[in-house]
Amino acid sequence: MTTDLGFWVLQTLNALQLSMLLFLLSVGLTVIFGLMHFVNLAHGSLYAFGAYMAASLAGVLGYWGGFFLAPLAVAALGAVLYFTLIRSQRRAGPMAQVLITFGLIFVAVDATRLIWGDLPIGIAVPAVFEGQLALLGVEYPIYRLFIIALGLAVLAALTLVLTRTQVGAMIRAGVDNDQMAACLGINVERMFFLVFVVGCALAGLAGAVAAPVLSVTPDMGLQILIPTLIVIVIGGLGSLKGAVAGSLIFGFVQTFGAVLMPTFNSVLIYALLAAVLVIRPEGLLPAKG
Amino acid sequence: MNKTFRAALAGLVTSTAMLSAACAEDIKVGLLLPYSGVYAALGQDIDDAFALGLATFGADSGATFEIVREDDEVKPPVGLAKTKKLILQDEVDVMVGVVSSGVLGAIRDTVDGAGVPLIVANAGNDEATGEACSPFITRISFSNQQVNRPMGKWMVDQGVKKVFTIAPDYAAGRQMIDAFTTGFTAAGGEVVGQEWPAFQKTQDFGPFLANAKASGADAVYVFFAGGEAISFVKQYDSFGMKAELPLYGSGFLTSALYVEAQGPAAEGVITALHYVPTLDNPENAAFVAAFKEKTGRIPSEYAVHGYDSARALVEAVKAGATDRETLAAALPKVSFTGPRGELRIDPATNNIVQPIHVYETVAGADGLTQKVLATLPAEADPVNGCAMPAAVN
Repeated sequence: MTTDLGFWVLQTLNALQLSMLLFLLSVGLTVIFGLMHFVNLAHGSLYAFGAYMAASLAGVLGYWGGFFLAPLAVAALGAVLYFTLIRSQRRAGPMAQVLITFGLIFVAVDATRLIWGDLPIGIAVPAVFEGQLALLGVEYPIYRLFIIALGLAVLAALTLVLTRTQVGAMIRAGVDNDQMAACLGINVERMFFLVFVVGCALAGLAGAVAAPVLSVTPDMGLQILIPTLIVIVIGGLGSLKGAVAGSLIFGFVQTFGAVLMPTFNSVLIYALLAAVLVIRPEGLLPAKG
Repeated sequence: MNKTFRAALAGLVTSTAMLSAACAEDIKVGLLLPYSGVYAALGQDIDDAFALGLATFGADSGATFEIVREDDEVKPPVGLAKTKKLILQDEVDVMVGVVSSGVLGAIRDTVDGAGVPLIVANAGNDEATGEACSPFITRISFSNQQVNRPMGKWMVDQGVKKVFTIAPDYAAGRQMIDAFTTGFTAAGGEVVGQEWPAFQKTQDFGPFLANAKASGADAVYVFFAGGEAISFVKQYDSFGMKAELPLYGSGFLTSALYVEAQGPAAEGVITALHYVPTLDNPENAAFVAAFKEKTGRIPSEYAVHGYDSARALVEAVKAGATDRETLAAALPKVSFTGPRGELRIDPATNNIVQPIHVYETVAGADGLTQKVLATLPAEADPVNGCAMPAAVN
């Protein structure tokens, strides 16, 4: 089976698909951390909220209604969180931030249970992406290819914004040294807000695209949190390249580990995490030199 | 002499009447279910149906039932603490519930030691009515092996010779698949490959599906439940595998509780279970109608566990049981025809003996429905190391 080219193509696509989903999640989290030094453990809950919003909106407006509006709804929720909790805790130190956002996870889980109930929800793949596409000798679901393409598109857009625009330069300056950036006349606080909200929207987008593939359950936010944290720790906190590298490593290790070494699969990624922490504690591609 | 005898008889009658009146007043039931956590929806189904069952059958038992509800949160230590509270503080006569096998394992010794009868209304681990069996624990739901074992022979009879199995890597997953493969290979089938994805850590089954596809099997046999079942069935369909590799499984895969979330992906999946809401018998028709009227939902297999637990309790009371001791003795002796068909308890293990229904999920007038393909005869589980103390039987 492992000598069959189709097997490798199929599993590579599976790995890429998982990587891109994780990338959408981790990029927001890592940039928020890099820029604001804010540990937002509730990031996974925003992802779950995005999935639930997409599922609800899909029932009324069809899949694309959910796809476009769910990230906006999550961004709005992010803005509310920013003004109520995040801003006041900005200087409170990691301990208070971790406690508050960890508490938010449980509030979010129970809130989704109250609103949407305990039963898992499923939504259909949009009609245009139904079925499979023959690709390098394998039949692959079109919707999964769409997830890969979407992840790559977001990556391209973010790279462009961060490296080629003034806002991007300001964000990079803020990540490097926020006090110096503020001295140079950059409104760091406003930039924080912008980055936080965009990060939330990306988490919501990840939830919306994941909803048709996975089932939407109250604890999905908790389930995705650990992989996301592993991704940003492996990749290096605060860096876009790190998020990409971390997502790819996680996606490939997880996917190929599951089929080639099923017995060790649960351990593999943690062993890798431990190795990275020992050899390069700052991650593979950290933001700061 | 005659006078004395009559007086004594009168006294006996009065005291018996008083005794039964005193006890008939109240049977205190401790309902231990997950009202929060991942199995909250299951707990709710069991709770609703248990209350419905007591309301339906309880009236002609002459007893009144008082329910004390506790939430085990699907956590074994919490379940144990709540069990102690129900037994010591509330002094319940009987306990009903337990969805998770982990919780059942945690409370087994306490229930057994205190001599409180427990009606298991879900948890299906084989040990509970095997090596860890207890005269005080009566299971009215199912056992993991019971649901899957007959499916092996049935599939061979249908011409399926080679299967690939996939199930989450934990006790229930292993027991379900092992029971199936035992039956399947005994009937002449061949298992060409197996996958055990990490339990509750696997959201994407794509990597495993590719292996199943490449294995050369005629069909895939799986066990998944809840959110994982939804993801699995949808992903199986999205890879376009249903046409070339038919999907079979343990019936929890396409449970009526969440089959709607799977949508068209579930059509054509053939599974085996001890209850399907479309079973054609008068008891089930009455149950489905009453449950729908009460909750607005179609009853799931979890609901029928609650309903039949109530029925079993009422039957035991009707047989004269009034307290912990007599209930424990009477519960394993109950038998009745319920929505699932004819039920009895195997005295060797205190596990239920019931028919297994093979069904296909098909598109119906309003959403997905279950078409019963075959009803496989009831068969008692092997004793599996259960040594039931003779004194209580």
